[in-house]
Amino acid sequence: MSVAASKSHYQSEEFARRLRGRYAAERNFKIAGVAALALASMMLVVLLTSIVSKGYTAFWQSQIRLEVTLDKAQVEERNFTAILRQAIYAQFPQITDRTGKRTLNELLSSGAPYELEALVKQNPAIVGTTQTIWVRSDDEIDQFVKGYFPRNAPEAERRLNDAKIAAIDTLVAQGSLVQSFNTTLFSAGDSREAEQAGIWGAIVGSMLTLLVTMALSVPIGVAAAVYLEEFAPKNKWTDLIEVNINNLAAVPSIIFGLLGLAVFLGFFGLPRSAPVVGGLVMALMTLPVIIISARVALKSVPPSIREAALGIGASPLQTVTHHVLPLAMPGILTGTIIGMARALGETAPLLMIGMVAFIVDIPHGMTDSATVLPVQIYMWADSPERAFTERTSAAIMVLLGFLIVMNGLAVFLRKKFERRW
Amino acid sequence: MSVQTQIHTKPQSAGRTAQVVPNKMIARDVKVFYGAKQALKGINVEIQENKVLALIGPSGCGKSTFLRCLNRMNDTIENCRVDGLIALDGEDIYGKSIDAVQLRARVGMVFQKPNPFPKSIYDNIAYGPRIHGMATGREELDEVVEKSLQRAGLWNEVKDRLREPGTGLSGGQQQRLCIARAIAVSPEVILMDEPCSALDPIATAHIEELIDELRENFTIVIVTHNMQQAARVSQKTAFFHLGDMVECDDTEEIFTNPRDERTQGYITGRYG
Repeated sequence: MSVAASKSHYQSEEFARRLRGRYAAERNFKIAGVAALALASMMLVVLLTSIVSKGYTAFWQSQIRLEVTLDKAQVEERNFTAILRQAIYAQFPQITDRTGKRTLNELLSSGAPYELEALVKQNPAIVGTTQTIWVRSDDEIDQFVKGYFPRNAPEAERRLNDAKIAAIDTLVAQGSLVQSFNTTLFSAGDSREAEQAGIWGAIVGSMLTLLVTMALSVPIGVAAAVYLEEFAPKNKWTDLIEVNINNLAAVPSIIFGLLGLAVFLGFFGLPRSAPVVGGLVMALMTLPVIIISARVALKSVPPSIREAALGIGASPLQTVTHHVLPLAMPGILTGTIIGMARALGETAPLLMIGMVAFIVDIPHGMTDSATVLPVQIYMWADSPERAFTERTSAAIMVLLGFLIVMNGLAVFLRKKFERRW
Repeated sequence: MSVQTQIHTKPQSAGRTAQVVPNKMIARDVKVFYGAKQALKGINVEIQENKVLALIGPSGCGKSTFLRCLNRMNDTIENCRVDGLIALDGEDIYGKSIDAVQLRARVGMVFQKPNPFPKSIYDNIAYGPRIHGMATGREELDEVVEKSLQRAGLWNEVKDRLREPGTGLSGGQQQRLCIARAIAVSPEVILMDEPCSALDPIATAHIEELIDELRENFTIVIVTHNMQQAARVSQKTAFFHLGDMVECDDTEEIFTNPRDERTQGYITGRYG
């Protein structure tokens, strides 16, 4: 083709058509990208809205005001139930029959006597006096006040009978039944009674588990990555190890749970449901993730830095510890935190080692029975009471909060320590 | 292992008197293999003390490979094997009595691309003396840093911002910083691998002047693609071609009266 002919090619109708085609392709690609992004954001919004709208009420709990007379004899008998009953009867002098009184008894949480006992133990001086206290209402009352049980349904289909609703209305009108911040949710362990159930036990369990995971997987993972990346000879053995690590990262987490069950519980005889075992299993699960991300971070340090250090007589170990590792640290930290976040959200392997048990006490050590946040969510999601539905969503919100904080920390650390050269 | 280190340079032309120049390093029949591929096919070179030896030749001829043999930087490359003898002050540097890490302090290196550490200018220079225990105390270290920067001709430009990152300097300044960093550990030989290839002509001129000054105290081996540069800065030039050293002689001889056809072809620009 001559020069003149090729010149005219760029001015021809054929070329203009190609150009239009190219523009259209680029525009369509952009539209597809924006659409994908919009769809993803929409799903995220739907998910979050659903969780928040279902769960935000769990952060409030109905409380009933009572004027309790702490009779000395009754306190000595530890008959706090009777004290509370007398107080609630006193607010409804018109109700005298047994059925009516039983209805009134059911307004209070079954945990209220213990709460009162704790109060007296804390402050013995109040015995013999009359005190105004706020006690939690029963979870059904709470759900009714929050509007989850329809008031207009026929009485037979209703969870609360007419007498109870009348009592609730009276209390609300008196200002003796109000919603206040649900501190129990953040201070108590699990309970069969929704109004007494909290996630603090699960949070402590999660923290203890993560502590074990971090203490094991971070040093081992980083050391393994440094050795493989900086010192190990490249031969078929290291290739084999690399393939295995990559495979392990993709192994379903329940397999690690089975391994933990067989090895840590079966062979070593460690206690069931204990954070130490959970941490060990999670460490096994997170190790490949940390090793892979640390290796990527080490690989991204330019070889010129290594050459510079070696060139002035730094030993290979000095080169790594003084130059390569500090430069790779942001990447290693990010990988570690993301690995930890994954471990925080993991449920399946813990089911295998008994961390799915119903545990009321707050764990105090690595070998105490404990559960973790995601397992707590799993168990609450299974509970039939209406109040557990909102608590499930609330626990999910707390878990999401932790995950967002951890991922935010990863981004922050990366931005802060990242160096450009 | 002891090797004869002093050899007489041959009288190159009738009018010149023979003089005894001690050899700092010698290479005898150096062969380098990368796996099965042979990169150097038996190199024999003498590197004379306080002189600049330029290694020239077309790309891929093995001059950088040879340079990296001189301070055992090739050790870090997987599958690289070095045969033959390289001696520093008569001692085989691949022998058992020589520690590669210590050798690299004695035979320093400046790389093609300026590679300062992403630390302050001060820490860049102080790092070497620190790890080798060459300065005790703050003041002594300050002195080493100042002296090194002065010798690299960078002191006046950076004395007021020693705490700023070395990566913030211009390319030419960064390269001089790297030279200062190499000088700071008091090496005997400095290897330079195309130190000016990433620099503009003014920065290049700076470095070339610097090389000429450094020759008083150090023995320098420089790899360069720029033949004018070789002619300007070196006293000896070795021409490499396809893994062989074709010719090694006084720079003047190489550029005015090359004995080998390939040398002549290369310096006159017929190939390369």
